[in-house]
Amino acid sequence: MDFTVLAKGIALAGCGIGAGCALIAGIGPGIGEGRAVASALDAIGRQPECKGDVTSTMLLGCAIAETTGIYGFVTGLLLIFVAPNTFMGLLG
Amino acid sequence: MNIDITGARIFWETPIKLPVLGRLCISETLVVSWLVMLIITGLCIFLTRDLKVENISKRQALAEMIVETADNFVVGNMGEKFRYMIPFVSALFATSLVSNLISLVGLRSPTADLSTEAAWAVVVFIMITGQKIKANGVGGYLKGFTTPIVIMTPFNILSELATPISMACRHFGNILSGVVINALIYAALAVANRALFGLIPGAVGKFLGAVPFLDVGLPAILSVYFDWFTGVMQAFIFCMLTVMYIANAAQPDE
Repeated sequence: MDFTVLAKGIALAGCGIGAGCALIAGIGPGIGEGRAVASALDAIGRQPECKGDVTSTMLLGCAIAETTGIYGFVTGLLLIFVAPNTFMGLLG
Repeated sequence: MNIDITGARIFWETPIKLPVLGRLCISETLVVSWLVMLIITGLCIFLTRDLKVENISKRQALAEMIVETADNFVVGNMGEKFRYMIPFVSALFATSLVSNLISLVGLRSPTADLSTEAAWAVVVFIMITGQKIKANGVGGYLKGFTTPIVIMTPFNILSELATPISMACRHFGNILSGVVINALIYAALAVANRALFGLIPGAVGKFLGAVPFLDVGLPAILSVYFDWFTGVMQAFIFCMLTVMYIANAAQPDE
């Protein structure tokens, strides 16, 4: 019996499931950025005159907090577009 | 529904395989990068033609404003002694910004290719390391890896290497996500268009269904976020991090 087809199927399924799992990473930055914005709004509410400073610092912090989510996204993309071809090449 | 998400197209490849480097190729990234450089150079020449001391033109006022902003940004974040960093940071910002925004005219932005950001990150990494060695000496730099205790050395090395990787991946991921989501939106709108105009019976419906009317205008609204906001933001953040890391590296360890 030829197991190559089965192996390919398992490899593809693994890539798909892995990509889905990788994108769960989006939860963390979502919560974190939400909290950052909430705090920034608090600060602006207390001291409206420092709106500009708070906003630019908040955007920078948000973008840095987003990094982990972006890692998940890049991993997911690699699993969808790059990994299947590699596995198919390995399995012949 | 056929979605086409590919990497940068390769136009030409060296026929022979070089050792270590493999095949060198001229890809879309390379061509568009040169276009970006041409645009920036042209803009610089245009802005700095016939400068005057008095009675300045609007063009010169704009140029002065840009230079002043760059000056304030670098000096404000790094201090007076880093004045020589102003051209580097400005060049980095301009390249990143124009590369990100060139996707607005339909070209593939060079920053949607990890190689571009990786190259920038390597340059920044070398500058950071150089500043650290300058501040602490070679011995002090190597000794810095063993703080606070010797067991932490592998983690310190990892965290050192994580800096360029995270910088490159952050920029790359943000721009690429825009590219991918744009492709998905265009494909989805084409399908929606076919379904909508397919309701008209006969050849008219078929003809109208084949022309993606919905693709006009609607994606432009999303491109305000994915191209304009992310593009400008990421250029700013890359420069901000560069400036921060280098300024931090120049401070000697206690």
